Amino acid sequence: MNFKLKIWRQKDRQSRGKLIDYEVRDISSNTSFLEMLDILNENLLGRGEEPIAFDSDCREGICGICSLTINGEAHGPDHPGAVCELYMRKFRDGETIVVEPFRVRSFPLVKDLVIDRSALDRIVQAGGFISARAGSAPEANSTPIPKHDADLAMEAAACIGCGACAAACPNGSAMLFTAAKVSHLSLLPQGRPERVTRALKMVQIMDAEGFGNCTNTYECEAVCPAEISASFIAKLNREYAHAILQRGTGE
Amino acid sequence: MIGTLDAKIPHGPLDQKWRSHRDHSRLVSPNNRRKFEIIVVGSGLAGGSAAATLGELGYRVKCFCFQDSPRRAHSIAAQGGINAAKNYQNDGDSVYRLFHDTIKGGDFRSREANVYRLAEVSNQIIDQCVEQGVPFAREYGGLLANRSFGGAQVSRTFYARGQTGQQLLLGCYQALCRQITAGTVQMFPQTEMLDLVIVDGNAKGIITRSLRSGKIDKHAGDAVVLATGGYGNVFYLSTNARGCNVTATYRAYKKGALFANPSFTQIHPTCIPVSGEHQSKLTLMSESLRNDGRVWVPKRKEDREKPPGEISEADRDYYLERKYPSYGNLAARDISSRAAKEVCDEGRGVGPGGRGVYLDFADAIKRLGEDTIRERYGNLFEVYEKITGENAYKVPMRIYPAVHYTMGGLWVDYNLMSNVPGLFVIGEANFSDHGANRLGASALMQGLADGYFILPYTLPNYLASQMGKRPPADSPEFQQAESDVRTRIRKLLDVDGKRSLDSIHRELGLLLWDKCGMSRHAKGLREALVKIRELREEFWRNVRVLGKDEDFNQSLERAGRVADFLEFAELMCIDALERNESCGGHFREEHQTPEGEALRDDENQAAVFAWEFQGDGESPTLHREPLHFETVHLTQRSYK
Repeated sequence: MNFKLKIWRQKDRQSRGKLIDYEVRDISSNTSFLEMLDILNENLLGRGEEPIAFDSDCREGICGICSLTINGEAHGPDHPGAVCELYMRKFRDGETIVVEPFRVRSFPLVKDLVIDRSALDRIVQAGGFISARAGSAPEANSTPIPKHDADLAMEAAACIGCGACAAACPNGSAMLFTAAKVSHLSLLPQGRPERVTRALKMVQIMDAEGFGNCTNTYECEAVCPAEISASFIAKLNREYAHAILQRGTGE
Repeated sequence: MIGTLDAKIPHGPLDQKWRSHRDHSRLVSPNNRRKFEIIVVGSGLAGGSAAATLGELGYRVKCFCFQDSPRRAHSIAAQGGINAAKNYQNDGDSVYRLFHDTIKGGDFRSREANVYRLAEVSNQIIDQCVEQGVPFAREYGGLLANRSFGGAQVSRTFYARGQTGQQLLLGCYQALCRQITAGTVQMFPQTEMLDLVIVDGNAKGIITRSLRSGKIDKHAGDAVVLATGGYGNVFYLSTNARGCNVTATYRAYKKGALFANPSFTQIHPTCIPVSGEHQSKLTLMSESLRNDGRVWVPKRKEDREKPPGEISEADRDYYLERKYPSYGNLAARDISSRAAKEVCDEGRGVGPGGRGVYLDFADAIKRLGEDTIRERYGNLFEVYEKITGENAYKVPMRIYPAVHYTMGGLWVDYNLMSNVPGLFVIGEANFSDHGANRLGASALMQGLADGYFILPYTLPNYLASQMGKRPPADSPEFQQAESDVRTRIRKLLDVDGKRSLDSIHRELGLLLWDKCGMSRHAKGLREALVKIRELREEFWRNVRVLGKDEDFNQSLERAGRVADFLEFAELMCIDALERNESCGGHFREEHQTPEGEALRDDENQAAVFAWEFQGDGESPTLHREPLHFETVHLTQRSYK
């Protein structure tokens, strides 16, 4: 297969970037999208041009380092899945493909297609954990957890932290990301003691990092590689409202 | 020079060694802990759990990872599960049995005392992870669920769908985040360790390069903990993440740390077969699939291109069930992998190129229904479909072995300290617990055991003698190491040749896969040694690395790693050549039973082979640590 590519090139955060035209030829349909970029980079190297910087690591959809918007869709057309799980058989021969980094105010660009998502780490650092000291844990089966709750917690916990939710959102909101973590932990009995402070602090930092608000467009859910349901955002809102009330009444 | 290797295994009965060792190890009092700075390189299950736990104890920790966030370390990709001797299923499991299975699974090439301790702390790991909020699979009554895994006859594996590594790592990562907020851990993402600094014989720091800016930094500490994972990417194609590399451990080796059993690599039996030359990595299909999938190939070569549905039961060879009736499809990894290679070598392999075998779920779907199979393995079936375009509910999966894990690693004693005082090595980066073959669901167990429950006891024992001995980061040893790192980077950029990194790395990988992969022989290994040297020379003469030093430069970061792989590959082959026996993942064709099983030489080779660097271009020196088996009886490993 042959493709025309328009790829975002930008030297660093300060420089101006632009879309540059490239072409790749004789690509097997079993090539992954990132392997196609590898091939392009090999070609560029052969011509003495600097390869396109892009992040990838596990290449099996779990590490969450992928950060590409393809033809305007975060992670490209094959949902659910990260870019590394996208194969060229999903495109038409001869198609023009536009490749950009996730564009979110809170994810500053580093170079070409590489972005800085440390804002997501800082949201988790604000309270996205259970304080469990190694050595203090009770016997694991001493607190049975209904299968339904455990399964639901797992659905939320499956988030890979890629930030596609924010990239797809017209408001650049990280509500789905934050909601997934708050829900995962509040659904489990072990997460209950810190439930109130967790919701308050994570939302506070989320706002401080400059992420936008949720206006129920559900673009986040549509592109989420881990299929996190937007209903967790409703849960986050309930958790937050509950936390505010509890804090307000001094309980 | 290093004298005899002392593993410092505590005296006393096997089941009391760890307890008595803990009782007698030196401690650091709470108000002194903040005076110690610990460097932890790597943020996966081992490094993340160690950094979080040491931070919690009150030490000042600096944690480094090459990814943009500690949550992305490659532990995240582990699918199947984590073992523990809880015996929740009442099926006869115990600490002893987990220990015994692991020793046997490792083909009697690991230390009894280490493995027993691993089995002992396995139960605490599950408690810890549940308390952190890891959403393990549960039964309807709310209790934890288990599944069985290769090499075991009990159900002792805990899991979170097919994403167990992800969930355990997020547990670690969240604990780490808590310590970052508490100010005990300082995180350095996108930072790569490029050298170890030794001062007065003790590991006291590292030299790093920021992958973001290219800036080189010196970090001094009271101890250095390497948790930098395995070196499977030396084969180019493996199930490892693209960034996984040998650099940290190899540079430590060049600074005097011994590298143990480098030829012990695990070839995982259930991966998606290679589809073409462009391929950048191989994808694992969790071994848990072998609980319900049946492995087969056609009995006759002529049938190999027929659609599987048209091959009748009578014409199928369920070769694992045939050869290993008591373990069947759950035979240990090395054995299952070699069996797949054999049937493909016989010309009975399926799929493009004939390098594949079927993993068939038809029986399980008939027995349990498609919904149950979807619930158990749904995400794996989705991954398979994305990569191959095939629906495995309808047609059998095709699988083939791929490089997955490396049992070898830096040599450590019972305290997880290398022969260089102050240099600790944990998780996949060390060699200690899996012998010549690792059992499924044991890597997660080992990483977390080391980080949560072993290092926090053994590190203070060292630190107690190191009060006030942390050198300043501008001392001559640091300046020398920094200057060496800079020289090497300049050298890489100055080659300015014609060949791409990938093409050299791919050539190295194919060579190793061929000569030092699933089976090896002396002649092939000698050929490989010559070719590796030639390839390395070509690399330094003709590689093309573009861009600048002090910049975000992905070519340069990879060039350094490939350069190290090109040296390390030689060490692997030397080790494989020296080990004149077959054991676990190391199958020397010269040493096999009449049935084609691995033939160990317990009399002469029941030892750890630990290699000491002697200088570039010099042969490394071999140190042997004899393995003493006081509790288990050495037998030929049988899964029949």
